[in-house]
Parts: sequence; structure tokens; C-alpha cells
Amino acid sequence: MHISSAVREPLVTGGKSYGDVTYDIVRHVENKPTKLWFIVMGFSLVLLSLGGFSLYKTWTIGIGAWGLNKTVGWAWDITNFVWWVGIGHAGTLISAVLLLFRQKWRTAVNRAAEAMTIFAVFCAGSFILMHMGRTWLAHWALPLPNTYGSLWVNFNSPLVWDVFAISTYLSVSLVFWYIGMVPDLATIRDRATKPLTKAIYGAFSLGWTGGAKHWQRYEAVSLILAAISTPLVLSVHTIVSMDFATSVIPGWHTTIFPPYFVAGAIFSGFAMVLTLLLVTRKVYKLEHYITMTHIETMNKIVMLTGSVVGVAYITEFFMAWYSGVEYEQYCFLNRMFGPYWWAYWSMMACNVFSPQLLWFKSIRRNLVATFTLSIIVNIGMWFERFVIIVSSLHRDYIPSSWRDFSPTIYDVGDYIFTFGLFFTLFFLFAKYLPVVNMAEVKSVLKSSTDKPSHKSH
Amino acid sequence: MSATNTKYIVGIFDDEEDVLHAIPHIKESGVKIHEVFTPFPVHGLDEVLGYQRSRIDIVAFLFGLTGFLSGLTMISYMLSFDWPMNIGGKSNMPFPDFIPVTFELTVLFTAFGMVITFLIISGLTPWTVPQIFDIRGTDDKFVMAIDLAHNKLSDEQIKEVLTSNGATEVNYKEFKS
Repeated sequence: MHISSAVREPLVTGGKSYGDVTYDIVRHVENKPTKLWFIVMGFSLVLLSLGGFSLYKTWTIGIGAWGLNKTVGWAWDITNFVWWVGIGHAGTLISAVLLLFRQKWRTAVNRAAEAMTIFAVFCAGSFILMHMGRTWLAHWALPLPNTYGSLWVNFNSPLVWDVFAISTYLSVSLVFWYIGMVPDLATIRDRATKPLTKAIYGAFSLGWTGGAKHWQRYEAVSLILAAISTPLVLSVHTIVSMDFATSVIPGWHTTIFPPYFVAGAIFSGFAMVLTLLLVTRKVYKLEHYITMTHIETMNKIVMLTGSVVGVAYITEFFMAWYSGVEYEQYCFLNRMFGPYWWAYWSMMACNVFSPQLLWFKSIRRNLVATFTLSIIVNIGMWFERFVIIVSSLHRDYIPSSWRDFSPTIYDVGDYIFTFGLFFTLFFLFAKYLPVVNMAEVKSVLKSSTDKPSHKSH
Repeated sequence: MSATNTKYIVGIFDDEEDVLHAIPHIKESGVKIHEVFTPFPVHGLDEVLGYQRSRIDIVAFLFGLTGFLSGLTMISYMLSFDWPMNIGGKSNMPFPDFIPVTFELTVLFTAFGMVITFLIISGLTPWTVPQIFDIRGTDDKFVMAIDLAHNKLSDEQIKEVLTSNGATEVNYKEFKS
């Protein structure tokens, strides 16, 4: 039996029974969509269509539609890609790493966080496809036999590693998320009254009945998936950082990049989880499942990873000076005081200074402050990638090739497209799938509820 | 009631502790349990039911090994044998560069191989028609099914064993075979 210490605050409050857990979660799937849902869904679809038009123009015109020039050959596309893929780190981190560390609080937030992860990786992937220009040749990035030799992809290149890392991460996260959802889909199937609902949820629940033998295998599968997903999460942003770190561009050629990027990814991922969950919690009245303790714990992770990121910024700056390489030194001084000083200081303010407020317990447990900070952090993390990418490129070795970057309407439009995609998928998820992992919450209910058990053991 | 149907007695329990404590007593009384259905994984249930440890971890390892070897073989073949390129006089077989892709393929093969094996051996497919003994078994009840064909005791005796061991409800369930 589990032994949990008495001093910890309960994970599920309100004295919920197993039946209450089912009802509180499934009713949102069973009820008709609310007016609010139609409004937010409509708004997301507007973003998706506006962005979709911009995407169409990007495809037909080519990436010359963006504000790129010969010096700044990567800008918003890669900034947005790294930003989204960073956000897509929290879900699998919560469900895999925290499962291995036996952190029971993850049960209430893992489903929504994983969904967010998958949708964010979709958005990241769409920038990968877009920045290729000729998207219809995207399969050239894979080692497929061809009539040119076969001429294979270059496995020495981090860009090829990235293709494997992102596609593995997306598919394994999708499997993890879906397998975790099968028992809950069976719950919805068994409660369904309409034949169509029963048939759809029945097919997706794969005939799950909750037999003891199935649960035994299921738990073994979940644990192994967690064990292999843990290094997978860390590998993905490590490899993304190597896209930069293995180059010879001052400002990119840094060995600190892998841990620094991974910390930044967790930082922005948790911020996005907080942004979405604070709203979901309010609208779905999940205060008894996603408690202040959950929010405070996530805030502590944001504070920790934010500080790691801060230390990394300072280390990078120190190493630029200590290396004695004048190009590195110029690059970092230029970041602070050059034409993009405003981006650098926005990044510092949002990522390094603002999370320090979370040292105060009253701020960690304040919903408005948490929500505001979570958005500030994500703005900061966008600026971080913009600073790394654009400020390192725009001052080339020859002053005659110095160029500044300014986005066109298509840069902005393509970014809006991914917001539309992300929110459309998230709202569909929130309406048609159980937003909290019912089976897992039920399994921690006894050992962590605030209602005294009716039995002494 | 045709002879081809399989008939079960279904005991409903309200609490996982009740069902965990009841199983050894029920087995002692000579009742064979078909399966116990729970809304969430109950730790120790597989042990009291006498199930063997799942060997899915061995499957996972073998798939992982397959992924690892396939990855390494594929990359070395493509980059070192099929079309070796002279890049600045560097080695044609740079193993450190092969690590990331080999690792990703190991994870990919492990995850998909293991999950597909799990679904196949458990008979979980989109067209599976589940044998549902009680629909509350995925909600808030703990459902014990007893196959009458495999039990020597009479219906009444089995019902008595279930109720005396904490079952709050005892029903019949039939499936066409």
C-alpha cells in the first residue's frame, strides 16, 4: 500500500468519490457545446483561415514572401519553430519524467499538458515544412532511395538529426497520450446513450474493459514508455540547439546550448501549461482537481528553470569575454546595445527578472499573477529565440553585408496560422476528450484526498 | 437460455480495498475467478489473482535492439559504404555523428513495437466488441466475474461466498458464444 506523509496538502479536494471524478470530467464531453465554446472556436477558426491564406501565399510565392535577406537567412520561421517545439516539452516531461519520479500531482494535469505538447509540435512541424520553401519536396529530408545514385541524406548534419528527433517525438508522444486515454474513452463509451457516440468512443477505446490482466500490462507499458520518453524529451531540444551550436556563427557556436535550450524549453512549456490550465480550470470548474498546490508546484518549476536560463545567459556572456575571440565579444555587446537592444532587454526582463517574483509564496498562489507571468514568460522565450537567431546573423563579418530584418505581413500571417491551428486543436480536445486523466486521478484519490477514508487501513 | 451461452455471476464491490481483501477468501472457498474489472489500476490485484509478471519489458528490449541495429546498419551502409563522401578528409565512419539518429530510431521502434504487441496480445482493436459485465466497472465499481462453466459450486453457494466477502450486489450476466 502507498504511504503518503500527512503534512502534504491533498491533491484532490472537496471530498470527491470515484463517481464524482467521472461525472466532473465526463459531463463536459457529454453536454452540448456551450455558447462560449462556439465563440472561442469561431475565433480560432478565423485565425486559422487568415493564417491559412498567408500560408497559401507563402507556398505559391515562395519564402521570398518573408522579410529574409542574404544576411539574415533565418528569422521568424526558425524563431517560431524553436518557440513552439520548446512549448511542446512540458507535456511529455510531466507525464514521463514526473511518472518516473513518482510525482502524483502530475495526474491532474498530464492529459491537457500532453495534448498541448502534441499540438505545439504540430505547429513547430508546420514551420519546418514552410521554411523548406518547396514543401512538396519535404520527403527529401528522409533517407529514401532515389534516382540520383541513391544520394542519401547527410547523417553528419544536425538538420537531419532534427528530422528524426521531431518526428520520433511527435509520434511517440501521440502514442503515449492515446494509450493513456484508452481507459477514459472506455468510461465515456460505457456512459454513452446515443448509438453514434457509443460507436465512435467504442472504436477509439479499443474494447477496453479494465480487466486486471490488461491493467497489469498497461502499467508496464506506461512505465517503459515513460522510461524511453524521458531521454527522448531531453534529446529533442538538445538536437534543436545543435542546429545552431554545431555551426561556426559567433553567438551560436556555444557548448552551453543543449542544457540551456532544454531548460528554456521546460520553462516555456510550463508557462504555456499554466496559461491554458488556468483558463480550463476556471471554465470547467476543476478547482478541486487542479488545486492551488498544483499551480504552486508548476510555478516553482517555472522559477527554477527561469533561473537556470538566467545563469545560462550570464555564462554565455562571460564565455564570450573569456574566450578572447573578438567576434564573440562583439556579437554579445551588439545583442545588448546594438540595433536589437530592445529584443535583448525584453528577453532579460521577461525571462530572468520576472520569474524571480515567484520566490514569494503569495505570488505563486495568486491566479492573476501566475496567469500574467505565464504569458510574460512566453513572450520572453519568443524574444530569446529571436535574439539568438537574428542578432547573431544580422552583423556579418563584412560590414558591407550588414542588414537588418523586418517581418512582412506573411511572416506575421504564418505565425497567426499556427496560433489558429493550436487553439482549434486545443478547443476540440477540451470539448470531445476528457481533459483530466480520470483513471489516474482515481488511483491517487484515496492516498491524497482531504476526506478521511472510511476504513482504517 | 440456450446451452451455447456462457453464463457468469457478477459480484460488484464498492471499494478497491474490499475487492483486494475478498479475493484470497473467495479463492479459498473454491470459487474460480474469471477476471476482476476496475476503473483504475489497483496495485496488488495481479498478485492476489495469481497472475504472472508481464513480459512486455522483454518485448520492449528486443524491439529497442532491433531499432538500434537497424539505425546503425542503415546509416553506416548509406554514409560509409554505398556513397562514401570525402568531407574535409574526415572519417567516413564517424560514429559519434550516428548517435542521435540511432537513438531516435531505438526509441521509435521500442515505443511502437511494444504498444502494438500490447494491443495484439490483449485483443485491443477498434473492432473489438468488449465483454462488459457491468458498465460501472469503468466508472466507480469493482466488478468480479465468475464463469459458471468452470465452477463446481452451485449458483447459490457462489452468491453466498461473494456477499459474505463484501460484494454489495450480485447479478447474472450472459454472453452469446
